[in-house]
Amino acid sequence: MTQSVVVQVGQCGNQIGCCFWDLALREHAAVNQVPARSHEPPRLSARVVGDGGSISKGKICSLKARAVLIDMEEGVVNEILQGPLRDVFDTKQLITDISGSGNNWAVGHRVFGSLYQDQVLEKLRKSAEHCDCLQCFFIIHSMGGGTGSGLGTFLLKMLEDEFPEVYRFVTSIYPSGEDDVITSPYNSILAMKELNEHADCVLPIDNQSLFDIISKIDLMVNSGKLGTTVKPKSLVTSSSGALKTRHQKPFDAMNNIVANLLLNLTSSARFEGSLNMDLNEISMNLVPFPQLHYLVSSLTPLYTLTDVNIPPRRLDQMFSDAFSKDHQLLRADPKHSLYLACALMVRGNVQISDLRRNIERLKPSLQFVSWNQEGWKTSLCSIPPVGHSHSLLALANNTCVKPTFMELKERFMRLYKKKAHLHHYLQVEGMEESCFTEAVSSLSALIQEYNQLDATKNMPVQDLPRLSIAM
Amino acid sequence: MSIVTVQLGQCGNQIGFEVFDALLRDSQSSHGLCCKRENEAYQASCKERFFSEEENGVPVARAVLVDMEPKVINQTLSKAAQSGRWKYGQHACFCQKQGSGNNWAYGYSVHGPRHEESIMNLIRKEVEKCDSFSGFFIIMSMAGGTGSGIGAFVTQNLQDQYSNSLKMNQIIWPYGTGEVIVQNYNSILTLSHLYRSSDALLVHENDAVHKICAKLMNIKQISFSDINQVLAHQLGSVFQPTYSAESSFHYRRNPLEGFKDPALYTSWLEPVNAFNVWKTQRAFSKYEKSAVLVSNSQFLVKPLDMIVGKAWNMFASKAYIHQYTKFGIEEEDFLDSFTSLEQVVASYCNL
Repeated sequence: MTQSVVVQVGQCGNQIGCCFWDLALREHAAVNQVPARSHEPPRLSARVVGDGGSISKGKICSLKARAVLIDMEEGVVNEILQGPLRDVFDTKQLITDISGSGNNWAVGHRVFGSLYQDQVLEKLRKSAEHCDCLQCFFIIHSMGGGTGSGLGTFLLKMLEDEFPEVYRFVTSIYPSGEDDVITSPYNSILAMKELNEHADCVLPIDNQSLFDIISKIDLMVNSGKLGTTVKPKSLVTSSSGALKTRHQKPFDAMNNIVANLLLNLTSSARFEGSLNMDLNEISMNLVPFPQLHYLVSSLTPLYTLTDVNIPPRRLDQMFSDAFSKDHQLLRADPKHSLYLACALMVRGNVQISDLRRNIERLKPSLQFVSWNQEGWKTSLCSIPPVGHSHSLLALANNTCVKPTFMELKERFMRLYKKKAHLHHYLQVEGMEESCFTEAVSSLSALIQEYNQLDATKNMPVQDLPRLSIAM
Repeated sequence: MSIVTVQLGQCGNQIGFEVFDALLRDSQSSHGLCCKRENEAYQASCKERFFSEEENGVPVARAVLVDMEPKVINQTLSKAAQSGRWKYGQHACFCQKQGSGNNWAYGYSVHGPRHEESIMNLIRKEVEKCDSFSGFFIIMSMAGGTGSGIGAFVTQNLQDQYSNSLKMNQIIWPYGTGEVIVQNYNSILTLSHLYRSSDALLVHENDAVHKICAKLMNIKQISFSDINQVLAHQLGSVFQPTYSAESSFHYRRNPLEGFKDPALYTSWLEPVNAFNVWKTQRAFSKYEKSAVLVSNSQFLVKPLDMIVGKAWNMFASKAYIHQYTKFGIEEEDFLDSFTSLEQVVASYCNL
């Protein structure tokens, strides 16, 4: 069994991380309560949660999360430590400071980076030592702020140097257009350069999409069309079995969606199935060129995400939903852009024939790049998420991320042309204007690569001349 | 005349279990439709070929299970033990913690050499248990990383160490539309390497077996378990003991004698008749009459050509190549593979 370590950085990263651990524990408890067939080994989510656990009456006693929590101000982490999840985390896994990064990437990256470099390294090494076979680091952060963005990306380089064989999967929350942090374009672009160079896989997510999803569900619930009985063991927000009571804060429901994403991403690696998919297979199949590692994710069914009893839709509908914009965690239009690769990770009682039938059905409406016309990677995991019979996570490497990046670049340029707020960054030691120009050109180069692929979009697929053999 | 089976990767292990199960169920069935003495002789021969006897009488499969991550092997071992009728040897498996990530290069260049000694030792132990050893049956898929990469590596080793024994590889041809995106790369690398070291390649296409399940067997929701069982049924009927023209049992050799070319492809078709006919009076798996056709024909050219074509297209754009060069498989290795396979295609086309 392999293990992963979650590194949660900054306010956003830690809040999402907290949701994730809550869900992971609930899934763990639920799965272990199912009377295991006698010959089967316990199917623990031991890859994300520490060992030495014992479960009594659904309450996890001594499991410890394989996590490192980092924040440059104490508020969020302290809240976690005082909350119901306090037993899951070790105080030795935390790094906090008091002053915060002031929404300044340079402070997060350079000031706190150098200040806490040794401490962070030590905590990471410790968590790696507790792992039998460490496969992946999951980094959770936001792009628009200072700590998650700056210190979070500083860590990436460190992880690459220190643990070169371990994958780095980054879940990044991109700022929406109406973001209240004025300098978020600066922070995001500076962070993007690091993501381009040091991450194996990035799952970009924007708050607007998450918000839209939640609103849609609320709308469906409140329209009275459907029953509103609470599903007792829904993985999402029912308080039975949960250690946190839900919907305390507006972001909680949104964070929960991201937490579900991470849980489903690792399910085929943790649980059995007829066609397994490990994390290293995600990177192998979905990243055709090292720079193009941005994956748009979509989750169905959505009703796993709130404690509402929406009648289960048919299986095929689930597949259609995964390709609908309503279920994406990033605002983008993959259907009208070019797919480089697509992965479907199915959980529950779904068989290979269902999978194939739906791929055949959906294929004609999607455009794949000429050299990867059958670019589908699939996996079947037998264990569904708690409380549901099946679920689907789709990961798409698609040129539709280009507009998001272009928009980000535009917002950046609007600020940069006027040199607005630049002095906050330049007064940090080691920061120069060249850092900005380099970051922008890194992003421009990435956009250019997507442009080149898009240019091939409507061209007929040509069969290239093959090697001819003299007989 | 015993056969040692090597099951590699998720596919290999899942199928391997079904094959042994089908073989034992058939041999133990009482519907032999023949006289008792015949039935007993059949049973004894089958058991000897695929199973060894343990102290408490439970047959132990002559198999070595290899996978680079533990889930599938654990499942396979427990399913076998659960059946109560047979089991795998306690120490017959080799397992690691982290899989091959669908990467042929990782399987062939990293896992293979790293674990060469352990795996070959396990195989040697199984071979030593056989009174009269006749050959290897290697079950693997082409699309993934372990079955394909380590399968190619192990077959090469077997060629070096057991050059006088027969090696037959059962390879699973993946579905045309993706199970794995890099399956075409993995397939051409596997085939070109096996071409040099295997004696015969028995091919099953997932698409074909899927159609059998859908059209001939009318299964509504087809699972991999269904597919594997059909495969096992077919494989079982190939391997069960048969008579030759005279009335003495002998192991039905791979159809090598009837054909001139070395490393061959054989393909699965509907039962009709064959060049070399082996018969047995004893019924297989409760069917009153059954026939099995194994042929070496041009039938496989089209799928092979398609895979080579798709892999070539992808190679031309250099997509995913960095994942392979990371572990020591360079562009040159790809080109070598393309060359060998184009030659095979051309040879078949020229027949």
